[in-house]
Order: sequence, then structure tokens, then C-alpha cells
Amino acid sequence: MNAPAAPQDLRQLPETLLSIPGMHCAGCISKIENGLALTPGIAAARVNFTAKRVTVTHLPEMAVPQLVEAVGRLGFEAQPVLDPATLETGAESRTLLKALAVAGFASMNIMLLSVSVWSGADGGTRDLFHWLSAMIALPTIAYSGRPFFRSAWKALSNRHTNMDVPISIGVILTAALSLFETIVHGAHAYFDGAVMLIFFLLGGRYLDSVMRDRAREGVAALLKHTAPGALVLNGEGRSNWVDAKDLQRGMVMLVAAGERLAADGVIVKGVSNFDLSLLTGESVPVSLGSESMVHAGTLNLDAPVEVRVTETGAGTAIADIARMMEQAGQSKSRYVRVADRAARLYAPAVHTLAALSFAGWMVAGAGWHESLLIAVAVLIITCPCALGLAVPAAQIVAAGALMKKGILVKDGSALERLAEVDRALFDKTGTLTLGRPEPTNADSLDAREAAIALGLARASRHPLSQALRRALERRAIVAAVLEDVSEQPGFGVTARWQGVAVSLGRPAQADAEMSALAVELKVGDRAQLLTFEDALRPDAAEVIAQLSALGLESGIISGDRASAVAPVARTLGLTAQTGMQPQDKLDAIQRLSASGAKVLMVGDGLNDGPALAAGHASLAPASASDAGQNAADAVFLGDSLRPVVIAIRVARATQRIVRQNFVIAIAYNAIAVPMAIAGMVTPLIAALSMSGSSLIVVANALRLKGAAR
Amino acid sequence: MSGIAILIPIALGLGLLGLGAFFWSLRSGQFEDLDGAALRILIEDETPESDA
Repeated sequence: MNAPAAPQDLRQLPETLLSIPGMHCAGCISKIENGLALTPGIAAARVNFTAKRVTVTHLPEMAVPQLVEAVGRLGFEAQPVLDPATLETGAESRTLLKALAVAGFASMNIMLLSVSVWSGADGGTRDLFHWLSAMIALPTIAYSGRPFFRSAWKALSNRHTNMDVPISIGVILTAALSLFETIVHGAHAYFDGAVMLIFFLLGGRYLDSVMRDRAREGVAALLKHTAPGALVLNGEGRSNWVDAKDLQRGMVMLVAAGERLAADGVIVKGVSNFDLSLLTGESVPVSLGSESMVHAGTLNLDAPVEVRVTETGAGTAIADIARMMEQAGQSKSRYVRVADRAARLYAPAVHTLAALSFAGWMVAGAGWHESLLIAVAVLIITCPCALGLAVPAAQIVAAGALMKKGILVKDGSALERLAEVDRALFDKTGTLTLGRPEPTNADSLDAREAAIALGLARASRHPLSQALRRALERRAIVAAVLEDVSEQPGFGVTARWQGVAVSLGRPAQADAEMSALAVELKVGDRAQLLTFEDALRPDAAEVIAQLSALGLESGIISGDRASAVAPVARTLGLTAQTGMQPQDKLDAIQRLSASGAKVLMVGDGLNDGPALAAGHASLAPASASDAGQNAADAVFLGDSLRPVVIAIRVARATQRIVRQNFVIAIAYNAIAVPMAIAGMVTPLIAALSMSGSSLIVVANALRLKGAAR
Repeated sequence: MSGIAILIPIALGLGLLGLGAFFWSLRSGQFEDLDGAALRILIEDETPESDA
């Protein structure tokens, strides 16, 4: 409603999706939409607040960095969304929602008709109502039942069963028999039961799907690390933005300080420090110059460099890791979910029971019509209405509780597997540690120096400057007023403060390893060395202790050098394996799995990808690489490591509730089935018991709401 | 009986109307941004273009 009137050719203009995690109120929406609409080159902007994204319609000459900058001028941090196609979630939920709406409409109307039959309608009226019910129910079953029929058929054609097989058989038999009853003017038609069953089960299925969508959207919003493109020099001193997928070998990318590489390449000009931690796990930046190989995903720290592209997309070093991940992930896809495991026992039992009661009544001398009615009553009363809800209801409540704590669980199966883990392996850089430098001796600065340092640090986007700025701002330092501030890439920031030359930059004399994680603050002639380190996450030690209280033995598997891992391992009292390649991490997990352990892998880097995919369950911090987040079962936000413990606790609580729900469902069956076999179940009793047991199961699941305290 | 002949079609028709409305709203994207819709009502219309 706030967008300006759209010109006719708006449809031909390109659209770009940007993720803006920082928007949180109505004011933000109008500020972004109106602000962007007034920016030259942008035709319209439409915010989707739920997804925290904005769709920008703009002139073709506007490139992604300019759009990000335009949003930046409005005071928001935007990230280009990698590939809009990956965000096309929701499709399955939408199909299910439609089916649910139809089933809801049908069950209400059939119930209306059924109530009249139950309250005594007979003769022509009853037949009329039964026919009306049939006319509503049969198309509904054909439409809304498709998700179950399809999945049941798939399972049967692969020669195993799942929960949908007994559901489908139950629904189809019930509908067929009810239709027959209607034709022969019988007293009992179960159309209401069949449609209500579909309605309740679709409810469970829909919840399951919504939960997956929400987590996937949340994770998609975090994906940002691989550069979605690069500035490419075209030989005449000009440059233009090229999307990552359009980069070609031989192109020369201009990579500014603070940017990630979009493709593998060789440096042709410039020297800079590179942060390889996402690729190798190594925490200390590496200085690279001309002729050095650099890989996609590497972060350029210091100075702009020109990189000639040697490999793109599927050819990059990342792609090898992706292949390894794919293979490692196969064990996970073989995992059979609790509901399906239950169905393997449940389905044969139910069908045998129904067949036996049919045979029993035939032997006892009842007519085949009456025997068949009783057999169908057994089928519909045992149809796993509560069972179908038992698992998804508990899991979605748990996932909702976890989401409030900043833990995005990707699907229900992840929660089930998380509950089973008995061994935890951690990556070091970025997982046990924060994965970003924190100043170690900034406290030694006096107030005047701190104020100058903050003024200088604010002027640069270099990671060390940013770290220093954050640390000083936490101490509520007010920046000194500086003049002539200028930044020389690769050296640092210089300025004048009350006539004195001040600077913050690369230490004058220090060995290579030192200089990567240290800066020198100069005020006049006085120089002071500020060092940084990749600090442990604040509550890492506490979390390890809590894990062992939960019965999980922890260990470190790191790609970093032994000398860098040792202090962390000592502080936390863990055993560590160091210098591991992605393949080594994968092997370590597969060895443990082969010996029967259920391994929880916690990692962030690209090098952890295969291990994350191979672990029985896996967690990644939100700062992780895209590959890490995609491979992990759950992603957690924030600096704390506590979510690891919370996730396991909630997963175990969920499993407890699921088991309770199964017990409830079985107890209900223990009462209802004998009644059905005895021939005492009328459509009225079937309807009441079905909704009753479903409500109890859902109510029990709601107890998980506070599980993630 | 004649009451039923009128009332049942009315009941079914109203139900179908509701179902149709729901499908329409789903297709026209009204469920795309539920939180945003709740907030947009608070935005004051102050863009100069829409004053006319």
C-alpha cells in the first residue's frame, strides 16, 4: 500500500532478493520500502517481514553491491540471498494446507449430517443424508487423501511399509464399505470417520512440513559466506559485478579487504593476509602474494588483491568436499523415523486383528455383511490417528521452543537422532572458539589511548579493527575526535589527534605469524602492540561438563596445528586430534560409528562438512560456512555454546513425550479394539474416541512448550 | 422435509463459499507475510505520491 504507483513496464525490470535480518518493527518496513523507492535506479521494494527479506525491483544497471549499499544508507545491513530458487520452500506446506482445508470443510459438513443420523433420522431421510455424505466424502478422500496414498504406494513398491499403508487401507476400505452400506440402505456409514481421520492426520503432516519450512527459511537467511559474485576487471580499467555462477576461467576478480572469494584462483597482483579458517580450520591468517593459489570461501583480510579465476562452481576445491558430503550423508538418509518403526509393528498387527475378527464372526455364525462391518470398525478404530499425531505434534512444539532459544532444527528426524547421541566431537576454530579475533590486551590502554584507538578502529573495516572497536565499545569508550583520517590498504589507518600523528596498523617489526594477529597503536612516538586471539566461546567449559553429565563423552577434531589446539584442549580437559583433513574427520566419525557410537558432530567450517553429514546428528553455529549449515541438522545463533546442551535435552524430552504419546495411543487401542471386535462400536463411538485420543495426544505434546528453558 | 431441501444446499453452499475464499486468499499471497501484515496496519501513509 506504500509502494508508489507502478509504471507499466515494471514487470520487465530485474528483481533482486536481499535478506535484512535487522528489521524488527513497522517503522523498519516503511523506512526500507519508502527509502528504497526514493533511491534512483530502484523502481519498487516490497518487504516480506516474516522472512525478513525485501524484493527490490530495479533498473538493470543496478548491481547487487549498489543495492546493498542503498539499504546500508537507510541504516540496515543487507545480505544478498544466494539463489532465490533455494528459498522455494512452502510448496509442500501449501499443498497440504489446501488438502487440510478441503478435509476440514468436508468433515464439518459430514459431521452435521451424521449428527442428524445419530439422533434418530431413519428411512428415506437417513438414506438421503448418507448419500449426501458420500457425495462430499468420496471426492474429498480422493483429493485430500493423495499425500497418504502416494507415500503408501511408494513404500509398498519399495517393499516396505510405513505409517501411510495402514492409513490408506483403512480409509479406502471404510469408504468402500460405507458406500456399499448406503446403497443397501444400511444403518451405519463411516464417512465421517474416514474424513475426520484424514483431517487429523493431515493436521499432523502439515505441522511437520511447516516446521521444516521455518527452519529452512531461517537457515537460508543465514547463508552468506560464499560471495555471491565478484567485481571483475574488464581490461580497460573498468570493473563490473559478475554473479558467482557466471564467473569464468581467466577473468580477473578485484577482491577488496573484508570480502570472500567467489571462485578459486591465482593472485596476480597484491599481497594480503587470508583467513582460511572456514576451509582448513586454521585460525591464524596466512599471508599470500603473487602466484599463490586461493580458494573460494577464503576471506581476504588486509589489502585489495587481483585474482585470476582458475576454477569456478563445480570445479572448485569446495566441490570435492561437496562430493564427500553427499556420500557421507547417505547413512543419515537410511535412518528410519520413530513413527515408521512403530508402523512396521503396528500395521501387520492391525490388519491381522481386523482379518481375525472378520473370520471369528463368520465362524460364530454372523453373516458376511455383519462380519465385514465389524472388521472395518476394527480398522477405523485402530487407524493410527493418535499415532500419526503423536510424533509431529511433539516435534513441532519442541522445535518451536528451540527456535525461541535461537536453535533452528531442520526436521523431526533431526530431533529424533539428536536424542540418541552418546558421543560428541567438536571442531575447534569457530565452534569451540568464536572464530573471530578478540583483543587480549586492550584493557592495558589508558582512557586517552582507548579513545584514540576507537576513533581509528572505526574508520576501517579490517577484521582486527572491527574486533577492537567492538571490544572498546563494550567498555563504553567515547571515540576521540580525529582529523585527516585515511586508510592505506595493507598498512592501516593514520590520522591526527590534537596535532599529534596517530596510527593503527601492521606492526613494524614482528614475525609473520605475529603480524597476522596483532596491530600497533602509535600515538606520537609511543608505540603499543595490541594482540588478538581467537577466544573460546564464553561457556565452553561449562557446556562440556554438562554434556558429560548427560552421558556424552566429548573430543576435539581439528584441522588446526597441534600447537594451536593444545591450549584449548587443556582448558577444556578434552582429548584432541589435530591437523586433520576433511577426509580424516570423516574417517574418525565413521570409525566411531562402526564401533556402535552415535556421534554428535559440532562444527562450522567447510572442512567439517563431510563430518557433519556423517555424524548421527550434527550442529553448526550460525557463523558457519554455508556448507556447514546445510549439512548440519540444526543451526544455533549467538556466541554461547549452551544451545548444544539445550538441543540434546529438548530432543530427549521430546522423545519421552513421543513415547508417552505412543503409550496413550496403545492404551486407547487396548480399550477400543475389544469393543470394536465385540461389535459394539457405532460410527458415533468411533468419531468420539478418535477425536478424543487425538486431543489428548496433542495436549500432552504441548507440555514441551517450556522444555527449552 | 421441504425445509431440509432448502437448508442443506444453503449450508453446503456457505461452506463451499468459505472454502473458495480460503483458496483465493491462499493463491493471492495473503498468507505469505503474516507478521508483516500485522505490522503494516501501523504504518502511516505519508509518501508524497499517494497524497493526491
